[in-house]
Amino acid sequence: MPPKVKLTLPQFTHAIVYAGGLLISNPVIADNEPRLGDPVTATELSRLSITVLPDGRGLPDGSGNALDGAQIYQTHCIACHGADGQNGINDRLSGGVGTLVSTKPIRTIGSYWPYATSLFDYVRRAMPYNAPGSLNNNELYAVTAYLLYTNKIIGDTDEMNATSLPAVAMPNRNGFDWPE
Amino acid sequence: MRLMSQIPQKQNQPPNVRVLGRRGFLVAGTTLLAAGTGTATSQPTQTSLQPPRSPGAPMTKYGRPSDHEADVVRSRIRSKTGTTGSGASGTPLQHLRGTITPSGLHFERHHSGVPMLAPEQHKLVIHGAVKQPLAFDLDKLHRYPMTTRTQFLECSGNSAALLSPKAQDWNCADIHGLVSCSEWTGVPLAYLLDEAGIDPTASWVIAEGADAGRMNRSVPLSKCLDDAIVALYQNGERLRPENGYPMRLFLPGFEGNMSIKWLHRLELTDSPAMSREETSKYTDLRPGGRAKGFTFDMDVKSIITSPSPGLNLQQPGVYQISGLAWSGKGNLSRVEVSADGGKSWIDATFDGAPQPLALNRFNAAWQWNGKPALLMSRATDSAGNTQPTRQVWIKQFGSNAFYHYNAIQAWRVFGDGRVENTYAT
Ligand code: HEC
Repeated sequence: MPPKVKLTLPQFTHAIVYAGGLLISNPVIADNEPRLGDPVTATELSRLSITVLPDGRGLPDGSGNALDGAQIYQTHCIACHGADGQNGINDRLSGGVGTLVSTKPIRTIGSYWPYATSLFDYVRRAMPYNAPGSLNNNELYAVTAYLLYTNKIIGDTDEMNATSLPAVAMPNRNGFDWPE
Repeated sequence: MRLMSQIPQKQNQPPNVRVLGRRGFLVAGTTLLAAGTGTATSQPTQTSLQPPRSPGAPMTKYGRPSDHEADVVRSRIRSKTGTTGSGASGTPLQHLRGTITPSGLHFERHHSGVPMLAPEQHKLVIHGAVKQPLAFDLDKLHRYPMTTRTQFLECSGNSAALLSPKAQDWNCADIHGLVSCSEWTGVPLAYLLDEAGIDPTASWVIAEGADAGRMNRSVPLSKCLDDAIVALYQNGERLRPENGYPMRLFLPGFEGNMSIKWLHRLELTDSPAMSREETSKYTDLRPGGRAKGFTFDMDVKSIITSPSPGLNLQQPGVYQISGLAWSGKGNLSRVEVSADGGKSWIDATFDGAPQPLALNRFNAAWQWNGKPALLMSRATDSAGNTQPTRQVWIKQFGSNAFYHYNAIQAWRVFGDGRVENTYAT
């Protein structure tokens, strides 16, 4: 159950307002909830909704594997993230397994990320950095598969799609303490 | 409330003023001005007291700081290699007084640069586990009741520089500049969620920005119904672009990353998104290799902004120790200062009653005798949390945590008056 809504502002009470001796006929209202929101159509919402939840809700149709993904990575990602997700000018995307206890922890998809769904979600919303939103669903699944393969989490021909991606066992899946 | 720097005469001094001597001696008020002042400064010549007599500049459409303040700017602007706009900049805390951060000096942390959004095209959509998905444009939002509060915003990566093994030669803004305080005005989110009709299955609200990378975070529904606002104004004027124009989420006391800028979508769900920003980032890696997630509240913290590196002391005598303190867990109950590396402490004075979830100014008079000193401040909040020493913090949380560092800052004062970042305890 969600907590009960607590409206934090004082509610105005009915009042008759005099100004310059003239009775104003529009009263100040008691219910200060304007209720002006415009309805949104399902079509508009489906275009906007890009959140992928950890159980896979929100994943689109389509599929791809690491062999296809390698090509997409070469074209769209390698300039910033380096070959196989290492030694690039930006975030390292692979390796680092076993380093979380060291003084130089390397946090990557393979060593740190708890959910494979977050990877698809993030690449779809934010990457490639200069042109987010430019990859289609098959390309997104493929480059996601490639990054999982590079981190030795799946095989090079494993198809990633709305069913298989949430089922991927991430190495650090249980490495987090979440409240509650 | 006492502004010690405004006490003009020895005889006007309140009897209970306490002065921090070099070794932390508590000195009764009467000695405040006894040493150091009055003799060393040479009198300015009479002509320099005569202000110019020719007519000055005309009126301006939008005022800006004096040209003489041109070096009071955001510090350490840095972007990830090969990108502009995926980076941060800090508030020059050591050059400001009071508690409000001028809007143009509010710290920045962006992930895909600052989008330039046309207000008439921007809408906030609320959907997911609601009875009726709704969209609100700015005109509509302006007809809702708004609330105004002065509150801080701090990046949870603030001060993480102090986790590096060696103390770096950085100033206050370089180290602690990812905290700012503004007067925020906006519509309580509870109104809008209530209007959309919260489904009983909803327990999270996934907030998303309209920046190119659609930055998102999951926020507990309870926070959204408690004190979250959709902020439209900052310090009395519309939000600055780099602070989310035309609308942002503002979550008092929570780590800054969650107060999504350029807010355009709120999706109610029964689970958090586990987005990149709340798994790969903004999780706190502990010794032993496990990480803690969803560490929302910012902890109790204080910093002496003056003296601090770059604001060096001139000659021995009385100085005003001045700083900022805050807690995301409520109000402050106490700030203490030390000049001997924590061997002895005295209570600093708050400049007015401390305000919850805001930056608060504290002050203490200090008599510097010209010898090396170690300045520190230590805040305690209304929940009873006190800032630990750096060593204690690292012992508990390790040096890999990166986020939520809130240990005591030490500034080393050298005999020549230079002030430097140091690791004392
Ligand atoms: C122009 C440079 C650039 C290109 C090209 C690029 N990225 Fe990135 N990437 C970045 C930057 C910068 C970040 C960090 C963004 C931030 O945190 O502000 C990042 C972050 C990431 C992350 C998150 C890393 C982590 O550990 O949190 C992933 C995953 C990623 N990119 C994947 C990709 C993929 C896949 C592509 C190609 C489709 C790509 N990137 C193309 C610059 C780039």
